[in-house]
This record gives sequence, C-alpha cells and structure tokens, in this order.
Amino acid sequence: MAYKIKASDCTVCGACEAECPNEAISFKKGTYVIDASKCTECQGSFDAPQCAAVCPADCCVPA
Amino acid sequence: MNVISLDSILGVGELKSQPAPAASGCTTSSCGSSDGPSDMAPEVWEKVKNHPCYSEEAHHYYARMHVAVAPACNIQCNYCNRKYDCANESRPGVVSEKLTAEQAVRKVLAVAAEIPQLSVVGIAGPGDSLAAGAKQTIETFEQLSRLAPDIKLCLSTNGLALPDYVDRIKDLNIDHVTITINMVDPEVGQHIYPWIFYDHKRWTGFEASKILHERQMLGLEMLRDAGILAKINSVMIPGINDEHLMDVNREVKARGAFLHNIMPLISDAAHGTHFGLTGQRGPTAQELKALQDKCEGDMKLMRHCRQCRADAVGLLGEDRGEEFTAEKVMQMDIDIDGGGFTKRETYREHVEAERAQRHQSKAAAIAEVAHIAGEKPILIAVATKGGERINEHFGHAKEFQIYEVDSRGAKFVGHRRVDLYCEGGSGDEDGLETIIQAINDCVAVLVAKIGGCPSKSLEAAGIEPVDRFAFEYIEESALAYYAAYTERLGTGAVREKIGADAVIRQGAYTARRA
Ligand code: SF4
Ligand code: SF4
Ligand code: SF4
Repeated sequence: MAYKIKASDCTVCGACEAECPNEAISFKKGTYVIDASKCTECQGSFDAPQCAAVCPADCCVPA
Repeated sequence: MNVISLDSILGVGELKSQPAPAASGCTTSSCGSSDGPSDMAPEVWEKVKNHPCYSEEAHHYYARMHVAVAPACNIQCNYCNRKYDCANESRPGVVSEKLTAEQAVRKVLAVAAEIPQLSVVGIAGPGDSLAAGAKQTIETFEQLSRLAPDIKLCLSTNGLALPDYVDRIKDLNIDHVTITINMVDPEVGQHIYPWIFYDHKRWTGFEASKILHERQMLGLEMLRDAGILAKINSVMIPGINDEHLMDVNREVKARGAFLHNIMPLISDAAHGTHFGLTGQRGPTAQELKALQDKCEGDMKLMRHCRQCRADAVGLLGEDRGEEFTAEKVMQMDIDIDGGGFTKRETYREHVEAERAQRHQSKAAAIAEVAHIAGEKPILIAVATKGGERINEHFGHAKEFQIYEVDSRGAKFVGHRRVDLYCEGGSGDEDGLETIIQAINDCVAVLVAKIGGCPSKSLEAAGIEPVDRFAFEYIEESALAYYAAYTERLGTGAVREKIGADAVIRQGAYTARRA
C-alpha cells in the first residue's frame, strides 16, 4: 500500500512534495522519492492519492 | 559588456553625438505638459514608470530579471511542456536551472550590483509562482524586500491559487501581479487546459476550466480591491481563442486590469507540447496586430513583451542569465546591503531628467507633422540597443522594434526577433532572408549603420534602409522620416506599400550571451 515515483519521468518540480499529507515525499539525490513506510495512498485524508493528482508528468504510480 | 552598456544608454562614450532637436516649433497645447503617458492615471504611472514590462517607455531604460524558484504547477496547459529545456531557446517556462530561495536572493543582489538598470524582480515559474504553497516565492520576496527595498517585486500566476494569496501579496508590498487568462468561457477553456489540481482533486474538461475561470475572476477582483495592479497575459491560439480574446479583454477591463498583453502562441513539434504535437499553428504578425488593434480601446495593450524565459536577466530583448548562473553567483563577492544601490539611484535620476526632455522633443516633432493628417500610417523597423535611440548596426540587431507612424505620432507596436545576420563581419544570405521576412510589412528600417549588400536586398524587397538618423531618438526620427516619405509619395518618388505580411519567428529566440 504505497505509491512510488518513476524517476525517469519526474521533472523534479516538487508539486507532489507540497501536497502529501504524510510528508512521505522528499528530495533525494536529484529526484523526488516516496518513503513507502509513510505513504498511506492518502487513505483517510483524501479521495485520491494527492501526488498522482498533482503530478504534471503523471509519474506517481502504485508501487 | 558589449550588448548594452550603461554608456550607450546614457548617451556618452561611443555614442556621444547628441541628437539635434527634431523640430523647433512648439505648440502650446502639446508642449512641456507631459510627465507621463496621457492614457494612464497619474498614480498608476507612478507605479509603472520604471517597470520595463508595464511601461513601454521604461522598457528602453530599465531591466528586469526573473528568478526561477517556482517549478511546481497546479494546472496543465496545452502549450506548455515543462519536461523540455533548451539553452538556446526563449519561451516562458524554460529555464536552465531551478533555484532555491537562498540562491535566488544571492543572484538578485549580484545582478543588482552589476546592472544599475535593474528595477524589477519577478517570479514567473517555470511552473506557477503560487503553486505548492507559494513557499519559495514568498521566502524569496520576504528577503528581497528587506535587502534591496528599491527594487520592485512582481509575480506571474495562472490565477488558480491567487485568491488564497492576495493578502500575503499585499503584505509583501508587491504592487504588480500578472495573471495569464486565455478564456472567460469554459467551453473555450476545455481546449486549452486538460486538467487542473484544485481542492485536493484533479479536475478535467469543462468543470476544470469553469473552476479556473471563476478563481481567475475572483483573484482579479480581489487584487483590484487591494489596490494591486493587475496585468493580464493572454496567449493567442488561432482557431481556439483568437476571436474570444476580445471577450477576455472586455471582462478583464471591467474588473480593473490595467494592461492587457496578447502574445502569440509559440508551438513547434520539437517542444513536445500538446499543441506542438497536434500541429496547432501560431498567429502571423498581422493577425496578432489586428487583434491587438481591435482590443485597444481605453486600456493599454502591451506590445513589447518578449515572452522571456523564466530566468531571463537584463533589458528586455537581451538575456545575460549566463553571466549569473548559480555556480558563478556562489563565487561572487556580494555586497549584501542592497548591492550597488547608489549606482541605481544615479542611473534613475539621469533617466528622469532625460525623459522630461524627451517628452518635449516628441511633442515638438508631432507638431511638425500635423499638416499631413489623413495620410495612412506606415510601419517602420528600428535597430536599437536601448535608450530610445537608433543605435544598433543592422547586422548586429537581434531584433527590430516596430513603430507605426502617422501624423499623430510614432507608436511602438511590437518587436520582431531575427537571426544574427552578421556574425563577425560577413553577412550570410539566409540570415538576411529571415530578416526580410520578419520586417516585410515595414516601409523602412532605421539603423545606425548598414552595409551595401544588405541594403540592395532590402531595397529589392521594398524596404528602404535608412542610416541618416544614426544615434538619434527613435520617435522623432520616425516622424521626420514619415514627413519626407509622404512628400515623396505625393511627388510619385515612392509607391505605397500594400499587402505585405510578416512572419513571427517560432521559439521567440532571445540571444544568449556566452
Ligand atoms: S499517495 Fe498520498 S501519502 Fe502516498 S506519497 Fe502520494 S501524496 Fe503522499
Ligand atoms: S509532481 Fe511529479 S514531476 Fe513533480 S516532483 Fe513530483 S513526481 Fe516529479
Ligand atoms: S515575458 Fe513579457 S512581461 Fe515577462 S518579463 Fe518578459 S517582457 Fe516582461
């Protein structure tokens, strides 16, 4: 139960980081990554995974 | 500094020849009274007179810079693709490096110390300045308002998040905001915006555009009520919103926007944007101008926008970003106390004095051509490096400024980017062809100097090369040319130019300095 970022498509814009309710997303080694242990797929917070909804490159996907 | 030196603007050094007054006569009605353009309220003029983007006159004298601290976006536009970056290209949304707020502040102070013409710092992306909680944008502006309080701050936004930030914008003393508004009807909007992210959801189709539209109008009204000037940018997309932009113009005017900037769509398959891939074309120069003319009523239309990169530095039309990369800026010795404040003061005082004189000599020049009222306006291309003078060599011009001239005056109506025709002395023929296409609708091109070969080709294309006004002021010279031209028309020495159109160069190339 977690999302991940396809690093090859990520434009490193940071939009996802600002939306994650669990601070599961951070900037590491030139790209954004999701900490699977913190990700809840936004259940309990929002109707849809926030990172996937905001990502302009459509690269936040179920792990 | 070889693109534009302070000296060349101040009119000393290399270009010291002082322009002769274009006319001696002076009518009481038009002389000495103009402290600013007649089409702006004095309090608005006070705010914009040194802003190169907001005041056409200021763009000859003042420089702007964008700091690219806002990569995130909350909507998708069909003309944007943030995955693509090319160092040789100038388009909104294109940057070479993203900056943290910390780096951005250092960069501004470094540029401010080096370029006294700097009057404005803007945040225009590469995404939306207010997306992702506007964190970097606010942090950058907070520090700058403390460290360099004489520099004006402005930001650009798509408007979706704007209503949430108007109070904050007011607190930060930002007195100009640009909103990109391409439609006031979600039916039209659907063809421009595939989706938006709002209220924790991704919205698509009609609904997405409806929300965006409502937020844009609300944001605009809130800015007006807060006393913050709003400029509207619109992208003209033939077949999608071209006619509709007249409605946009009316609606934003009704909500107090003070300047409307209609820009041509930039679309090329190589940019990988949706419009680029579907082959959506951009407007021609004539289509753009016709629409701008139709919209121009009591509201000023902006004609000198260069569609700059989100990290551009320098006078409009030049880009010195390469001199101030994050790496170089980190190594510079920077005066944290406002860097070069006194130099900027001196420069501004000089420009003030010069402008006062200019307003008089322009009025006098207009009085001189009053007798030819009724003749058709003509378009003239000008090679300039700033300071409102004809001070650029034809072969060195990276763009030509276009003036529409008739007995009411010489009005700046646009600029046309061209390839460097003369790299290191020898002109190349393709380059010349590009220039002729770009200024094909003009009767003449006013330059500081021009060689024999290009002169012949220009003449063959019906564009008269004119170097007799070298280093003089643009508007006065254009009027003097117009007077002589109409006289020659009368005697049959020249024939009227009709039906020529010009090509807008895709990619709005801004020459980068190495
Ligand atoms: S799915 Fe939700 S919780 Fe998981 S990383 Fe994305 S935004 Fe954060
Ligand atoms: S929103 Fe998408 S493109 Fe932007 S940083 Fe996150 S994963 Fe990358
Ligand atoms: S893009 Fe247009 S408005 Fe923005 S800085 Fe360039 S000229 Fe000014």
